[in-house]
Amino acid sequence: MEFVELTERQKKVRRRRSIAIAIVLAVLVALFYLATIVKFGPAILERPL
Amino acid sequence: MALSGEQEFTGAVEAGFSEADPRDYVALLKPRVMSLVVFTALAGMVIAPGDIHPFLGAVAILCIAVGAGASGALNMWFDADIDAVMSRTAGRPIPAGRVTPEAALGFGLTLAGFSVVTLGLLVSWFAASFLAFTIFFYAVIYTMWLKRSTPQNIVIGGAAGAFPPMIGWACVTGDVSLGSFCLFLIIFLWTPPHFWALALFKVGDYERANVPMMPNIAGIASTKRQILVYSVLTAGTGVMPFALGIASLAYGVVSSVLGLLFVYRAWAVYRMPETDKGMKAAKALFGYSLVYMFGLFAMLLGDGLVNRLGY
Repeated sequence: MEFVELTERQKKVRRRRSIAIAIVLAVLVALFYLATIVKFGPAILERPL
Repeated sequence: MALSGEQEFTGAVEAGFSEADPRDYVALLKPRVMSLVVFTALAGMVIAPGDIHPFLGAVAILCIAVGAGASGALNMWFDADIDAVMSRTAGRPIPAGRVTPEAALGFGLTLAGFSVVTLGLLVSWFAASFLAFTIFFYAVIYTMWLKRSTPQNIVIGGAAGAFPPMIGWACVTGDVSLGSFCLFLIIFLWTPPHFWALALFKVGDYERANVPMMPNIAGIASTKRQILVYSVLTAGTGVMPFALGIASLAYGVVSSVLGLLFVYRAWAVYRMPETDKGMKAAKALFGYSLVYMFGLFAMLLGDGLVNRLGY
């Protein structure tokens, strides 16, 4: 089996990209959570299931 | 293929391991263009009649910014070949080899989808449709079609850059009106003198890239004439928000002064001798055009905030 060794720079930028993606996902979760409260308020719980 | 030294670096890149830093992806969004889009969209939103929850307003601006960034990424994906031969753009992430074209395409499409759907779900589907159309207009109509086929590329394509204040306005009102069309018209008419001033002193770049900009198709003299005509139209349209009653007298005065200076700068370009290789007047007009746009929309923003805060 053949492997590709990542350089130190590739490992470093991969980690930085992973952190950036994590931050964007966390912001999206917070954004939709807050927007739901702003748009619906308590009424979000008063809907037919 | 386990390699070492410099070859190991190449092997890993060939195998699909990216060298791209998050900053390269930020660069794909064209942050400077994005900042102007955010600014004009915010002005459109604040000056529009009606109300929007501040948080949803911020979400809308974020979506418009990301949509503009997506357009930028798609533009850089398609234009990588011409970016590589122009001094102004050769250092961009794709021609520089830091981001692959496929990654840029995927990035642009993902952001476009997310920005449109989020704006639709949280703010307004009308505004979201408008944003989707704007992204399509910039990426397909301008980038893929007009840019390489006609010297009128930035005249028609300029519409894409002029839509953001209408989208911001539509986020509040859910429609299009004479007021929002007026904001569109200001940016639409401002775009040709702004870009042609740049094209005058970067004419060699566009020639090398085979992009049919006005100076290298119609000639320098014709471009200077057209810059002057569009500048007069821009200055006149710049005062229209006051005439239509959507902006204050202060805006009317400031926009008149800024407009006169715009025409004065364009006149200096018109009078610029053919022998002037430094093209100081064209550079001055390019720089001033940004000041003009910022000044106008800063006044509109100020007007809108004053009205909303009830002073």
